[in-house]
Formats: sequence, C-alpha cells, structure tokens
Amino acid sequence: MKGLAIGTAAAVSLLLAVGGAVAEEPVDVEILAGTCAGCHGAELQGAGAVPRLRGHSADYLRFTLQSFKSGERPATVMDRLARGYRDAEIEALALYLSELE
Amino acid sequence: MREITRRGFGRTLAGTAAAAATASALAPFTFSPRAARAAASAHVVVVGGGFGGATAAKALKRAVPEMRVTLVEQNAQFVTCPYSNLVLGGWRELDSITHSYDALRERWGIEVVQARAAGIDGEARTVTLEGGESLSFDRAIVSPGIDLRLPGEGGIEGYDEAAWEAMPHAWKAGPQTSLLRAQLEAMEDGGTFVIAAPPNPFRCPPGPYERISLIAHYLSTQKPNSRILLLDSKDSFSKQGLFTAAWERFYPGMIEIRLLPDDGKVVRVDPAAMELETEFGEIHRADVANVVPPQWAGRIARESGLAAESGWCPVEPTTFESSLVPGVHVVGDASIAAPMPKSGFSAHNQGKAAAAACVALLAGEAPANPAWANTCYSHVAPGYAISVAAVYRVEEGAMTAVEGAGGLSGADWDDGQRQLEAAYADGWYRSITEDMFG
Repeated sequence: MKGLAIGTAAAVSLLLAVGGAVAEEPVDVEILAGTCAGCHGAELQGAGAVPRLRGHSADYLRFTLQSFKSGERPATVMDRLARGYRDAEIEALALYLSELE
Repeated sequence: MREITRRGFGRTLAGTAAAAATASALAPFTFSPRAARAAASAHVVVVGGGFGGATAAKALKRAVPEMRVTLVEQNAQFVTCPYSNLVLGGWRELDSITHSYDALRERWGIEVVQARAAGIDGEARTVTLEGGESLSFDRAIVSPGIDLRLPGEGGIEGYDEAAWEAMPHAWKAGPQTSLLRAQLEAMEDGGTFVIAAPPNPFRCPPGPYERISLIAHYLSTQKPNSRILLLDSKDSFSKQGLFTAAWERFYPGMIEIRLLPDDGKVVRVDPAAMELETEFGEIHRADVANVVPPQWAGRIARESGLAAESGWCPVEPTTFESSLVPGVHVVGDASIAAPMPKSGFSAHNQGKAAAAACVALLAGEAPANPAWANTCYSHVAPGYAISVAAVYRVEEGAMTAVEGAGGLSGADWDDGQRQLEAAYADGWYRSITEDMFG
C-alpha cells in the first residue's frame, strides 16, 4: 500500500486498498479537476450551456457523475468521460468541487 | 468490491481545499510547503504561447505565485486554430478567435517576451532568443506546435513557402485563415474547392473534415453550384461515418471524397496553374485549393535536439519530460503522446500536467500520476455538431486510452442532441480560451 501522498507532492491523493491485491496508482484529484476547466470554465463556473461545477454539494456531484458513469442519466459526452474515472476518483472530485466557494 | 481507506482523507481534503478556496481561484494542484518553497525561487521558461504553453505558464503561476515564469512567444496575439474553420465558413470574424497576452502579464505576473526562440540548451539550461538574449532556466516547458514540411523534408513537391500564398494551408491560424476566406469569397459560383488532407500523424485529426463542413455550408447557401473535392492521403479519417452521413443530409451531391485507395494522395502541386497531382498521375484543377501537407514538430524543438528521427518529440508520459533532453518538457502537437490526439484539448491538459510535474521535480519530489481526457468537437452545420472523446492514463509506462470509456457521438442521435453538442462546443471554446488567457 502506498502512503496517502507520494512524497507529499499531491496533498489530495487517493488511496485504493484492495484486500490482498495490488493497490492502484493514486491520481492527483486536482489535476483531474484541471481537465474539467477545459469545458466548464477556468474557475469551473460554467460557460454558456456547459454547467457550473463549483459550489454544488458533494452528494449532487457524486450522484451526477455516477449517473453519467452508469448511463442512467442521458448525456452527450459526460457518460463517455465519466466511464474513464474510478469510483474513488469520482468521490474525490465530488468532495473537492463541493469545497470550492 | 474495492475498499477506500480514508485515514484522515476527509480531513486532509477539507484542509487542502479550504486553502485553495480562500484563494477564490481553482488551484490546479497544491504542494507540500517544502515543494512550494523550492519552486518559489525557481525560474521556469515556457517556449510557445498556445494551447500548451499559455496553459502551462498560467498553471505554474496559479500553483506557485512567487515563481518566476517567462513565456517566449513570437506573435503579439494568439489566433486559435480551433474555431478558425468557423471563420472560413463565415460564422465568426477573426477577432473573435484572437487572444491577447495582457492578462497573463498583468493579472498573473508572467513575463511574456515577444520573440522567437533560437535555441534551447538542456545542459547549460538556457533559452537563446533571436536577438541574442539568453534566458537561464531551472526547468523549461516547450510547446512549439507544428511546422508544415517543405519539399525535400517529406512535404509535397511544389508546395514550398511561396506556394502558401496561392494555395493556403491555413493550418496555422491568422493571416492564412484570412487569405483562404478571401479566396473563397472571391470564388465564383460553380467553382471547385479542393482540399488535400495529410497522412497521420498531423495536427487536429477531425480538422480538415470540419473545414469541409463549414465551407460546404457557406457554398451551399451562397454559391450552390460549387463543388468540393477531398483528396486524402489516408484510407480513413476521424469521425468519418458521422461526417459523411451529415454531408449526405446537409450538402448532398456537393462533396466528392477520394481517399488513399482511390488515388487520393497528392504528390505534387503547381500553384501557378492551380493544379494538384495525385499518386497515379491524375491532375485536378482547383479554383480554390487548401493544401494541408505532412507535418512535424515546430522548428525550435527540432533544432534543439528535442525531436527524434520521426520529426516528433519523445517524452516520458507521466511528466512529459523530454526523453532526449532532461530538464525540458515538451507538450502539445510537437510531442509524441499517442494515443492522445494532437488537439488543443490535449495540449491544454498536457500543459497542466507538465506544470505540475515541474513544480514537483523542482522540489525533488515524485510527480503525481495524472489522468487526461480529450474531447474534440466538430461543427458540421448550424446547430449540429459531433464529438469524439477519450480518457487516458499511463499504464505500464505507456500512455493508454482507458477501455470502456470515450468514443464517438451516436450515429443515430436526434437533432436535439446534435444541437446540444454544438452549444457545448461553444462552451468549450469559451472555457478553454478563458483558462489559457484570462
């Protein structure tokens, strides 16, 4: 199992522990959130028809991202993207984004 | 069922995020106090002020405001290739896709130097400018984009720099965009627009086909007897099924497609005669010709030892540090990052990852393990756009597309979904340019 932050380079890292199996590499959630800014605005405040991400509750963000990932929620691109992220990454993103004022 | 250990996770997250939130700006990454101190006294030079470079420069400053960041860019303003097809189609004017570096200077404190870089020396850790001035760096991020290959460099016979006036490539936006648009406006109804599309790898895989779409729209509304001929050096192209279906619907009978197996590869051009010759000797005459030749990494990368024999720059996938020159990162179109496409979205993503890696490496810490995404939108008709998306990770030392994620817009989607994609594309353009230059 790896430490919470590899060399503390990314203070907000994830840790996946699978009983007995090899842990996955942690991914810096803030780099993930940086990707979102490409469509959702430099401050994740939204842009035109693309919705705002900051300031939503973690529950809403988690539910929405999981619904995109499962295909339950109709989408154009978010389902295709959400399927690329692990549950723990979605959890971390939801918590991280909800903390932004 | 995976378990997520949360030893202090929630607390750590809240503590860190609170720090980020009080800055009331989205910090792309945070670091240990030791890392921030080490980075604060460093000087990072970024070469190239586009999707990779402008993003990287700003990301560095967001993370460590005290760091000295110099951005070397040859042009006074940046005209985006993305959305330049909309200018060609008459949907937008060039100023709407032209961006100033003022905010990077004034708001973010980046030293934006308008100059051409003449050389990058990885050992001496210097960037030399065309005036002779030398900039010392602790680390460098190079995002030089592409250059069009000339005859003798693997380009197309007859397609030298002089030919760019008669037959624009418009594969670097700005004056070439305006030139091609002017030629289309001057073309008479009934004329033929020929576009020669390059072999892989090249900047913006769906670009030539969005261009055909926008020009087809213009011609169908203003000059409906005109024709478009695609001469392609490839046997298939990005989002091909989606494009061709939409062309059938919106521009029936206007566009002729000649792919590689149908003698689509252009091997020679005669700009004076406005002729393009394909592999098996057929000569096509154009009223307006757009030649997009084979490409390679921007000159500064090739002349500084950053490029391999292929003409593109090999990098370590987690950090985008050059495999050939330590201390120098290469991002964007110039880098070998396949399967990530050579797109503005990719370059923006890579710029942020390289900036994060720089800060970590300056502090002697291990860089974080990134994930990246790409979404390429293409407008096909007003209120009708399509996209291709993917998520990427480094797996076993190689850049890998995540299986089960990504893919194309649906072939059978309704007009409402196409309209949403067009609106989202506009949102993407606004967001990414704001993130780069705002």
